[in-house]
Amino acid sequence: MTETPAPSFLLENARLIDPERQDERRGALLISGGRIAACLTEPAEIAGTEVAERIDCGGRCLAPGIVDLGVKVSEPGERHKESFRSAGRAAARGGVTTMVTRPDTEPAIDTPEVLEYVSRRAQADSVVRVAHMAALTKGREGREMTEIGFLRDAGAVAFTDCDRVVADARVFSRALTYAAAMGCLVIAHPQEPGLSRGACATSGKFASLKGLPAVSPMAERMALDRDMAIVEMTGARYHADQITSARSLPALERAKGNGLDVTAGVGIHHLTLNEFDLGDYRTFFKLKPPLRSEDDRLAMAEAVASGLVDVISSMHTPQDEESKRLPFEEAASGAVGLETLLPAAMRLVHAGHLSLNALWRALSLNPARRLGLEAGRLAPGAPADLVLFDPDAPFVLDRFALASKSKNTPFDTARMEGRVLGTWVGGVRVHG
Amino acid sequence: MTFRQTHLLGIEPLSPPEITTLLDLADEYVAMNRGPEKHGTALAGLTQVNMFFETSTRTQSSFEIAGLRLGADVMNMQMQASSIKKGETLIDTAMTINAMHPDLLVVRHPHSGAVNLLAEKVTCAVLNAGDGRHEHPTQALLDALTIRRAKGRLHRLTVAICGDIAHSRVARSNIWLLGKMESRIRLVGPPTLIPAGAADWGVEVHHDMAAGLADADVVMMLRLQRERMDGGFIPSEREYYHRYGLDREKLVHAKDDAIVMHPGPMNRGVEIDGTLADDINRSVIREQVEMGVAVRMAAMDLLARTRRERAQAG
Repeated sequence: MTETPAPSFLLENARLIDPERQDERRGALLISGGRIAACLTEPAEIAGTEVAERIDCGGRCLAPGIVDLGVKVSEPGERHKESFRSAGRAAARGGVTTMVTRPDTEPAIDTPEVLEYVSRRAQADSVVRVAHMAALTKGREGREMTEIGFLRDAGAVAFTDCDRVVADARVFSRALTYAAAMGCLVIAHPQEPGLSRGACATSGKFASLKGLPAVSPMAERMALDRDMAIVEMTGARYHADQITSARSLPALERAKGNGLDVTAGVGIHHLTLNEFDLGDYRTFFKLKPPLRSEDDRLAMAEAVASGLVDVISSMHTPQDEESKRLPFEEAASGAVGLETLLPAAMRLVHAGHLSLNALWRALSLNPARRLGLEAGRLAPGAPADLVLFDPDAPFVLDRFALASKSKNTPFDTARMEGRVLGTWVGGVRVHG
Repeated sequence: MTFRQTHLLGIEPLSPPEITTLLDLADEYVAMNRGPEKHGTALAGLTQVNMFFETSTRTQSSFEIAGLRLGADVMNMQMQASSIKKGETLIDTAMTINAMHPDLLVVRHPHSGAVNLLAEKVTCAVLNAGDGRHEHPTQALLDALTIRRAKGRLHRLTVAICGDIAHSRVARSNIWLLGKMESRIRLVGPPTLIPAGAADWGVEVHHDMAAGLADADVVMMLRLQRERMDGGFIPSEREYYHRYGLDREKLVHAKDDAIVMHPGPMNRGVEIDGTLADDINRSVIREQVEMGVAVRMAAMDLLARTRRERAQAG
């Protein structure tokens, strides 16, 4: 993605959602040189502004573009599942202006050379910004740390082995110690590996009735407890990719209260679906970690509202039909989410769990801040990465209409509300 | 007719009248199987394919005999030896078989839900002969028929299901069936072999055989599925036998006329005492095998009838 300075234009008659100020204003944004030049709320001022183009937002919501932390683009290795081109299109349609991509590709993004390759691919093909994460250990095998310094210099914004847990506490603590000295953020997937081995559902009466190997959500808390001890020991900057259970929240709260540099995220599917959605072995609902109980879902929504959980992401994971048309235990995990993140998240707003501002804090401001990106704000000088959306527009999702190459969404045929009307990246309109 | 199912994927989708209809018809087939003329025509002209992705001698031969007795053309496919090894997916295999126009497809698979998946992709009637730890409906139906013939009813009985509940599809199907027929169910076993959340199923959970068997009408023992164990569920076989193996000493706690059941194959001296299993005054294990054939005849007959009615109705 190259930042082409665009001519000045005015986005007027908008409901401005500013997660930084945590307020909502009627007004207009003046865009110039790919950045926000001014935020105008006085009608006279807006009318008097001389610009080449005025875009009427029709009273709809205008917010900073979504920064989606943890997107899998299947390059290199499985371009038939998702490429930077298709992911970029999907992101633009979903109001995502920055994809923070995962290194769990084939091969893993664990050397500066591979990182340079994907950076070039992203720059050439993606219409939205891409920030890359790199693996924490070579081959994501949990044995030796990667060249964290070189990778950082090559642009890696964070280090993660994705859904693989570095089981060896010595390896993990050394990697964290090294990363801490470089000021690098480490993202972990808290899941006690022994307890969760072979599991594809959350233990309880439902999984037991369906005869699925299952794991207690306690496996998440056990791993988080371990990680918090290692963070305390090493002083590392740590982000938990997905906290999905109420049982984990006290440990997170304690760590934050003790001043550790810790944040946490949650996937949109864990905020909007629960274990019963598995129904009769519907593999599009097979996720990692598995969907939780309704009580856990509600606890997570509350934790996002209170700010205890910082980030909501799509955990976009493309899988082709073959990987999903298998018996549940054998089927691949994960769901696509770039295009459905916004309407799915609107369910939380419509259900009264979150305000639009609180939602945008988790979708945009917090992930940007945590990764040191400029996005996520409507302040003058911030990049003009914006999404214009109608929070109430209803539609029925057709998975084959998605721009992603893979169509594995759990929301197929679901009734949703919230449509993206326009997406701008660096002042350039990439959708709508 | 009260039986409206197009597949038999589990007990969960069946209504109590459907279960009763099936058991009534099975009773008729028991009489036929005991007579000199063991041949009916209910499945004449139909093709039955047995696809077993997991080895089984008892269930497969029971289905085979059931089909043959009702005049079906029966084919057995040893799936472990065939295309699966060549990398063909379950769905491809199903589509291939489907293109050969079978009428009844009997499937066993090591993964829960695999038979449901297959049933979505084929046009014939699918019978679940056991999928992972999920369901084994014909086993529960034959157990129910055995109980009904011994006790005269299925409601208001106390049934203790003992042993490795966690890995057992037989237990799950029986819990569904006995629950629907309004019996009282107790699950008895070491806590490591009782599935999480079982207490929320509307059953009693016991970790002690004496309490679990107290005043039971039926004692159903399960096979200790050693091949399914990752290791470490129980300390040792001998401790298991001491605490949970059924012998005369433990059976004393049940009612005097309590019957003893086992889905087979038995591990004598692990979950059940050998002489007790052979005691014709208490054990109905051999009757269970006999009922198995009759129940499978009834199930295939009813599914074929539903299909025929639907075809006629257009």
